[in-house]
Amino acid sequence: MKQFTSFVRKEFHHILRDKRTLFILLGMPIMQILIFGFALTNEVKNSQIAIFDQSNDLSTQALSSELDASRYFDIVQYIHSYNEIEAAFKKGDIKMAVVFPANFANDLDHFNTAQVQLIADASDPNVANTLTNYATAIILDYQDRITNNRRLPYTINTEMRMLYNPQLKGAYSFVPGVMAMVLMLVCTLMTAITIVREKELGTMEIMLVSPMQPFKIVAAKAVPYLLLSIVNITSILLLSVFVLDVPINGSLLLLIFESILFTLTCLAFGLLISTRTDSQQTAMFIALTGMFLPTIMLSGFMFPIENMPLPLRIISNVVPAKWFYYIVKEVMIKGLGITSVWKETLILFGMLLLLLGLSIRNFKIRLA
Amino acid sequence: MVSVIANNLTKQYGKKKDIVYALKGVSFEVEKGELFGIIGPDGAGKTSLFRILTTLLLPDGGTASVDGLDVVKDFKAIRQRVGYMPGRFSLYQDLTIEENLEFFATIFNTTIQENYDLIKDIYSQIEPFKDRRAGKLSGGMKQKLALSCALIHKPSVLFLDEPTTGVDAVSRKEFWEMLRSLKKQGITILVSTPYMDEASLCDRVALIQNGGILSVDTPEGVISSYKHPLLAVNDGNMLQLLNLLQQYEGVLDAYPFGEYHHVVVKEGYSESSITAYLQQQQLGQVEVHAIRADIEDCFIALMKGEGRS
Repeated sequence: MKQFTSFVRKEFHHILRDKRTLFILLGMPIMQILIFGFALTNEVKNSQIAIFDQSNDLSTQALSSELDASRYFDIVQYIHSYNEIEAAFKKGDIKMAVVFPANFANDLDHFNTAQVQLIADASDPNVANTLTNYATAIILDYQDRITNNRRLPYTINTEMRMLYNPQLKGAYSFVPGVMAMVLMLVCTLMTAITIVREKELGTMEIMLVSPMQPFKIVAAKAVPYLLLSIVNITSILLLSVFVLDVPINGSLLLLIFESILFTLTCLAFGLLISTRTDSQQTAMFIALTGMFLPTIMLSGFMFPIENMPLPLRIISNVVPAKWFYYIVKEVMIKGLGITSVWKETLILFGMLLLLLGLSIRNFKIRLA
Repeated sequence: MVSVIANNLTKQYGKKKDIVYALKGVSFEVEKGELFGIIGPDGAGKTSLFRILTTLLLPDGGTASVDGLDVVKDFKAIRQRVGYMPGRFSLYQDLTIEENLEFFATIFNTTIQENYDLIKDIYSQIEPFKDRRAGKLSGGMKQKLALSCALIHKPSVLFLDEPTTGVDAVSRKEFWEMLRSLKKQGITILVSTPYMDEASLCDRVALIQNGGILSVDTPEGVISSYKHPLLAVNDGNMLQLLNLLQQYEGVLDAYPFGEYHHVVVKEGYSESSITAYLQQQQLGQVEVHAIRADIEDCFIALMKGEGRS
């Protein structure tokens, strides 16, 4: 046991004395949460639009001000001819133009129907789509209000409720994703590198010719990174609750338990990489391509798995981050308990055992 | 009592077409408490041999034992009792001298205090700098630290793989003095080195080349087995002189040696016949005199003999 604690202490010395790496390890999750939270967002806010109002009556003015009042749009320009619309788009000033034809209020009042044209910049199709949807929703809303007193022959009203994330905040999906990413990076990459570094430096050679059992060497290497990961989990959760207003709806204990399970899986994977490689560069390359990329691409965090072709959907099942991402979403966002994630937990547990078994089998007690 | 036995050890690297034989049947025995040198050029197989004896590599053929324990079967027991210092400086650069030593002491289930006498002579020289990180030490200090770490658990056999490579002449001398004093404590020491002049500091030496052992003997034994007369020759133009000597029929071998050329004389020729030959060549002031072969001459002869066969 004394051997073990002494080894762990040595590992802490390595980590604490390499200030730059430590800074990255502890600062990265904070940076990522803040960047994802405030800079990289797929929500559309305050898009600049132009209004071409050929009617200029009470109705069009009311509609314009409703658009402007919503948090999605800012009217930056009033336009007076069709040519100007094109010019404004080309200058890149606006994302959408709203065109009211002449006699808008008149048509509405007398023919009970009027038209409005939405012209969007579809060079980014997702944004264009979102913008026209928002604008349509606002216009329909207005229509509802003015028809309120009259009875239309047939109407179907759709009523939507966004469960678990009523405000459709992006943070709800990226917090679990960033957690998976950071743990993967810290644990897999760092364990793989730290063990291979001992091989490169030749210290592994001395370690092997010592009474210390190989299993203890490996376990002692993992301990500091497990602790570091717990610090990271804590800082991510604190930031998401207090800065991004993402609530922890489920049991905190369960969330932490699942995170530790995932951390251990990552550590085991890093271990497996280290048993098969001899240079830090190779280890880093394998850890990045073998784990980091799939975590981003195939965990469902960036791209929905349901939309992928079948082969990719099958491959995604072996990515531990996919299961962890799912579990965190269920527990943290939906507030579900172990009863609804036990299957995924078991899968992660199985992966952990498999990876651990493989790395113990592959651990070389000799040099070649 | 025999401490280390190597019996017909072989080791090869690579597969099928380009197999490299690192060891081709190496056998020797080291007595308990002996300071045993393994001398050979780079690539001779010294490191492979040490790694097999320290259980880090499996031999492809042959057997070996350390303290009566088989290097393949009883590797765990061997790892408890030997000290090993690899050729490369292999301590933690970001730990201080003291931390390194303490770490290795606990790894071997002991403490610095327990075996302090053993390392005192060596460690006391670097102790004033004990808070300095190992990465910032000079070559000689690193060597002392590495030796202290390898000794801290009072090993019964100490394996030192090229401990003096890349160390300055003064530190080298000091290092060998340390080894001699360790020997007095009854520790068996196997040390490998590419420097032939260090051979005379060992109790016995094995000369290894191309994975084979050429001779195992005491330094005196090696010297006394040298049969040919040997001359030292010197004049102003050493390069031309060497060419002339190598062309002469009475010369078995000629090679530069410090400020002289050493000339191995064939049977039937003598100092005077060489002198006569050189005077014919109209060289200036040629100095020729007979010398006693030292251990390097013996090794050069042995190695060239190996090359010819």
